[in-house]
Formats: sequence, structure tokens, C-alpha cells
Amino acid sequence: MTEGGIKHRVESGRDLQALEKKGLELLYPGRPRIAVAMASCGRAAGSGRIYESIGDELERRGLDASLVPAGCPGLCSREPLVTVLEPGKARIYYSGVQPADAGPLVSALAGGEVYQKRALGAEVEDRLVVTGRQIDLGPPPGNLGLLADLDFYRPQVRLATRNCGCINPFSIHEYAARGGYRALAEALAGDPSGIIAEIKKSGLRGRGGAGFPTGLKWEITAGSGHDEKYIICNGDEGDPGAYMDRSILEGDPHSVLEGMIIGAYCMGARHGIIYVRAEYPLAIKTVGHAIAQARELGLLGENILNSGLSFDVEVVMGAGAFVCGEETALIASIEGHPGEPRPRPPYPARQGLWGKPTCINNVETLANIPLIAGRGGDWYAGLGTAGSRGTKVFALVGKVKNSGLVEVPMGTTIGDIVLGAGGGPDGGRKLKAVQTGGPSGGCIPASLVDLPVDYESLTGAGTIMGSGGMVVMDESVCMVDMARYFMTFAAGESCGKCTPCREGTAEILDILDRITQGGGRPEDLDTLDELSRVVKDASLCGLGQTATNPVLSTLRYFRSEYEAHIKDKHCPAGVCRNLTVYRINPELCIGCGLCAEECPGGAILGRDDQPRVISQESCTRCGACYRICPQEAIFFTGRGMPGA
Amino acid sequence: MPEMIINGLAVNFRSGETVLQAALAGGIHIPALCHHPGLGHFGSCRLCLVEILAGGRPGLAASCSLPASEDLVVETGTERVVRARRVVLGLLLARCPDAKPLLELAENLGAVKFTPRPGDPGCILCGRCVRACRAVGANVIGFAWRGRDRRVAVPFDQPPADCLGCRACEQVCPVNVIKVVEDRGRIRIFPWQSEIEMAYCRNCGAAIGPGVQAGRLQKRFPVEGPLSGLCPACRRRFQAALAGGLVIQPT
Repeated sequence: MTEGGIKHRVESGRDLQALEKKGLELLYPGRPRIAVAMASCGRAAGSGRIYESIGDELERRGLDASLVPAGCPGLCSREPLVTVLEPGKARIYYSGVQPADAGPLVSALAGGEVYQKRALGAEVEDRLVVTGRQIDLGPPPGNLGLLADLDFYRPQVRLATRNCGCINPFSIHEYAARGGYRALAEALAGDPSGIIAEIKKSGLRGRGGAGFPTGLKWEITAGSGHDEKYIICNGDEGDPGAYMDRSILEGDPHSVLEGMIIGAYCMGARHGIIYVRAEYPLAIKTVGHAIAQARELGLLGENILNSGLSFDVEVVMGAGAFVCGEETALIASIEGHPGEPRPRPPYPARQGLWGKPTCINNVETLANIPLIAGRGGDWYAGLGTAGSRGTKVFALVGKVKNSGLVEVPMGTTIGDIVLGAGGGPDGGRKLKAVQTGGPSGGCIPASLVDLPVDYESLTGAGTIMGSGGMVVMDESVCMVDMARYFMTFAAGESCGKCTPCREGTAEILDILDRITQGGGRPEDLDTLDELSRVVKDASLCGLGQTATNPVLSTLRYFRSEYEAHIKDKHCPAGVCRNLTVYRINPELCIGCGLCAEECPGGAILGRDDQPRVISQESCTRCGACYRICPQEAIFFTGRGMPGA
Repeated sequence: MPEMIINGLAVNFRSGETVLQAALAGGIHIPALCHHPGLGHFGSCRLCLVEILAGGRPGLAASCSLPASEDLVVETGTERVVRARRVVLGLLLARCPDAKPLLELAENLGAVKFTPRPGDPGCILCGRCVRACRAVGANVIGFAWRGRDRRVAVPFDQPPADCLGCRACEQVCPVNVIKVVEDRGRIRIFPWQSEIEMAYCRNCGAAIGPGVQAGRLQKRFPVEGPLSGLCPACRRRFQAALAGGLVIQPT
């Protein structure tokens, strides 16, 4: 997987061209190139075995082809994904590939054919976003549509994830062939303040959650007079359901490194740290390998590209605390203290790691830097909305057909992302809400599908951009239970330093637990509202300041659902078991007995073709009978509802 | 001297001071629990919240860790501040329903009532003992666990062998849950369960201080010969008598 044979230091533009030339030979070899998506998502789907099976098959047939691992191209629900590129032909994407497909796939390749069974789409050109260059691959096969025409890819503009799935993440040459490190070379030849001006012009805002203007952060850090400064890449991605940072670190680590080196040049930092959570072992391995490669080539270390810049990067592993994504807690963690935040000011840009000026940028933010440095702030600002420029990667998960990573221009509507790219909920169910920003965000009801996704619109709707998680919920989701889930997360991850977050989130969780178990009281809603507002207002750090957004937004958009739980002891989605009673309508029941077979508790009474009855004593309210009944004769109602 | 505005009044401050310090010096009272003038910023209890109207990010901020600055305008009694303070106090009271200082504060400021949930015996987790032990003691007190499970603890919950018995923790605790019992030449500090033997003057028998601390002093600033093991008063008397025979070896 790794490449050897790196001998020369890269010292000039010409050396970089040599790197690029070798990378182009690797990306477009004069023989077939097979790339298997082997990021964490692909590996979980079994791509490791597929990589081996294809390798074995190539060897068995004596077929001369290059087989490489690649990052994730985004469509995680269709993993394992494999791409095949033959000289002069379009690149073919295969999805849902199984080890048994290796044989027919390779034999199709040997015959110059497309393996139709798993073919997903074709790519006829490669666009190198950094340089604007376009490489034509060849015509598509007649019977296969273009990948770009798939619902999932149509609205996408892949900037931060430009190389994910295309290149071998262990190859610095392939990164260079896609225009990598060219922006760095240009940047080092120019004036740091000029690059900061371009980044300010681009309107890039922090992609980690808070949306602070990146150019301004760089300017402040650059202006903090000190001989020692640090740049930190925040890869402590902790939102349940968000994994774009992991994907970038696993699929294109050099883009983040290049962003950091440009940052070091602009701000005068000599040391960089990539803080990655320990739960991301593949990302840690990939980044570590990229650092070693860059060091070997002299792109890290002393006198980078003969510019006089000296800068090196190390990886620090997080120990599994959500709060360490917060800047000051992250710094405390690196310094070896417990991961707890401290009051700001002083901001890290003035007084950060070891008391020195420190710039902390998110992974996705840094991956955008080479593009802006290379193509200019105006080019980047041409995408997105007035207040939110460029693109954003969203992790589309939950009750949605095409789950995966979607990168779209800011201002794309919720509907275009969730219903368009995502294909909406599975099984014909209706969309109910979308939770954006993970546990720190809020839910957006289905009625707001036309809401454009940008920092201001989301804040106005009571949620946040956050790191870009989008959890899709259909009618089968109980919003009170959903809020309870996120409060469980927040209360469990609160470090406990400040009173409102420590005591408040736990108190809110207690109330939500009570409501979902049938003990809700009428005054609970006011208490929830007041507590949530104060925790948001009075907490020390971003964790507490956003922890109650799931409660506030569900109270705002789904208040009637809370009221049903409290007044009628009824969970309209049938999720809260203590409130739900299952019944069989004797007039619809045909006595098929499927429900009795499915019931894990033996709670379904009756036999032969007689209508069945549910024993309420034995029923665990799992809903298995409800889902299996072919006649829709089984229904549920609330414990406190008439007729229950 | 630079000025800032608190509750519509111009208040002087020295450079480097916080809003809380400036307010107190200007005669404006702001309630606070985790703040201690000798222990630096911590900002955990959130009782000293003020509302920033201008000159900073608008919203609530803990005045104990908010640097005073010239264009800053804050209020200490807006509806937003009062509401937050009452909830915070209510949450602390739910945790420590019997803590007298909290009950007194609640009487003055009002507190929202929450279901009492007494867990840790009366500790509000302000961290003053932790910080005091780090500043002047032997750094044996710390926080353990997180969220609502957080508590102040000593390593492995064992009586800390390194405790000096300086009693700084006892002195800074705002809710008086750290107790010291003196008994037959020893002191025991609760809840840490540290037990320290006292040192006594060889001459008059008066207590000099905790034995560990006396031992540490002796190591750092050795006093030898006839002056060793004496209380300061006896030592001065002996010193005068010995006139010039004193040997001090600074390290």
C-alpha cells in the first residue's frame, strides 16, 4: 500500500512537477487500474476481503492491472465500492461488490467488458479542482448512465472531498498529480498577508461548528506577536452520525497537511498538531503515513521548498471525550490535563497551547485551504450564499435511502439534500424531520424542506450547521424520544465543570425520561423550556451552550407530541413502550398467526383461523406483530387514550 | 485609571482586573461561589453572571473571568441575569439542599425549585479546594469522573500520603464541607481522611504546625544545633541568647 523509492527532497517547482508526473503515471497507468474504497465505511462493509479477492483473481488470470486502496467516494450505503479505469475508457463505478464478484469482474475486465451486475455509473472526465484542469477519460459504455447523473451526485460539488475515493491515500504522488502541493509552492513564493487576504475574501468559515471566519482567525494569530506559535488541526469529530473529517483524513490526508503548512507560513507557526480521536485508528495510520512521506520529501521539516519556512506536524490522539472538540478543552488535553474547557478570553489565537498563540482549524476547513490559496478567494466565494461561501460536506444518515457524505454548495435546500441526493426515507415513509448539527443542533421539521442550508438560515430555524451531521427522521421516530437520546449524550459527555451544563442537562434528562415513561406532568414543559434556555445562556463552553438545542427545537416544532405524551399518555410514533398499547382489530384479523410466530414474548393468544388477542401482561410492546401483520389489523394507541 | 460601565455607573479598574474585581472595588455586589481572589480564574459556578450590553459579545458572561475593558458595558440585574442566577442556584440547591450558604443566597436572590437530589455530601464542586491544594498544598486533591458523576477526590480514594495538613482546602471551602478534627497530637482532614501528626516545640510544647510541613521546611531551610525543633518564639529567644551562633544553610 505504501510507496517506496522516494529519494529526492522536493526543493523546487521542477521537483514538484516530477512528483506530479509520477503520480499521473500511477493514476492513469497504461493498464487497468482498480481502486477499492477502503475507508472505515468500506472496510466495515467488507472491502478488505474484496481487495484480496480481486488481487487473487488478477494473479490467477495473470492480468496486468494496478490494484490500489482508495478513500470513500461518499456513497456509503452502497459500499463496498470499486472503480475500474481502463486506458481510453470511462471509469466504471461498481457498488455492493461481494467477494464472489471478483471472478466475474476480473473476467469482464479481461474481455474489455463492463460487469453489468454491479455497475453503478460511469465517469468520463476527471476535474482537478485545484488547477481547473480537465482530463478526458473516454466515452461511456452505451448501456450505463453517468455517475454524475445519479440523484446522489447530481447536486454535489466536491471541493473538500475532491480526492476522496479517487486517489490512493498512501500516495503523495497521486495527491500531487491531482494538483496537490502546487498551491503551497505558489504560496511560499508570495506574501503571507496576501494569502490571508484571499482567505478572507473567500468568506470561508470554520467547518467544525461555530462558523468563525477562518481568514480573521489567521489574521489574529498572525498578528499575535510571539516567536512560538502553533497550528492545530481539530479532528476530534464527536457528533453521533458525522464522519466527514474521518473520511477526509482517511481518503486525502495530504490536503489537510498542505492546508496546515500554508497556515504555518501565513501565521508564523513552527509546530503543528493533528488532534484525532483514538476511535479513528485508520485515520491516525493514514495521517501518520502522510506526515512521514511529506517529511521524507522535505515538505515538512526545515526550509520547506527552499523558502526558509520550517514546520513539522505530529499526531496527538484524543482519549474519547466529546468536549475535547472545544478549543480550550482540546488544548488542555494536549497539555496532559483533563479535557475541560476554560473561560475565553483569552482566546487561543492569543494564548493557546503552552500559553502561546494557537490557531485551531477543523479538518474540512483545512482541506479547503489549498483550493483557496490556489484558485483565489473570489473563485471560492463564487459558490454558496452571501453569508456562507463555498461548499459544506454533510453526513446524511438515519432513515434515508442513500446515506453517505454529500458535499453541496451552501444554500442548497434541505429538500435537495435529503430528498434529492438522499432519496428520502426508505420504505415509502414520510419525512418527519432532519436533525442538523448532531447533539448540538436542532431538528428541522419536514415543513421546512425548502430552507436553504447556510449558517444564518439554520440558526434562524433554531438549529446550527455544526459539523454537518444530518440525521433524517421519518414518521416512525418519536421526537420526545429523539430529544431524550441527544440529552443522554450531552449529559454523559458534559465534563461537569460548570453548574448549568452538569446539573441542568442531567435534570432535563430526568424530566424527559419521566415523560417518555408516562410520568410527565403539565408543568414539565415550562420547566424544560426555562432550564434549556438557561443552560444555553449560562454554560461555560460550547457544549453546554448548544446541548439543549434538541429540546428547544422539538419544543418549538413538535410541542403537540410532548403534550400527547404528558396529557394523553400517548406516544404518536409508538416508540415509548411504557405509553404504548397494542391491540388487534378482530374484524380485520384473518387469523393467519404470523404475529404469534413473530412475537418474542408469546403474548399473542388464540388459534386456528380465529382472530388473535394480545395478552397485555405478556406484551413487551416491541411492535414486531404490528410490523409483520399483512392485514394491518394490529394497531397501537396510547395508554391514556380512550379505548386503550 | 480606565473606566467601564456597570449598572450605568462608571467604575474604575486596574489593567488586568476582571469585571468582578472592578465591581467589588466599586462597591457593586455580585454573588459568587467558585471565585476566590487568591486562586485565579475558574468560572465554574456561573453565579456571578452579568449581561454584556456593549463592548463584548452580547449575552451572559461570568464576571469572575471576564477581563474589564474600557468600552465594556454590563448590567448585573437584568431579567436574563436574574433568571439564569435563580436557575443556577436552584440546581446547586437540588444538589446540596442543606448547604447554609446556598440557602442564605437563595433567600436574597431567589431560586427555582428542582427535585432535591442530594448525592455528594454538600459539595458544590466549585473546585476551590482543588485549586488551593495545587497553589499552596501538595496537589493531592483533584476532580474525578465527569458530568453529574463528577466529584472532588483524592487519588484512589485513599488517605493521601502527601497531604501536608496545611488546611488550605478547609479555609477556602465556601460551603464548609471540609472538616478538620484535632485529636491527641494529630489532625484528620475530612473527607480526604488524611491524618497528619503535629509537630511540637521541644522547649515550650506549643504546636508548631503539621509534622510533614515542619519536616519539609527543615529540609529546605535546615536549622541545626540547639535551634532545631523549636517554635518560632522560642527560636528567637534562643537566637538572641546565642548571639551569632546561628547557622542557616540556604539551598
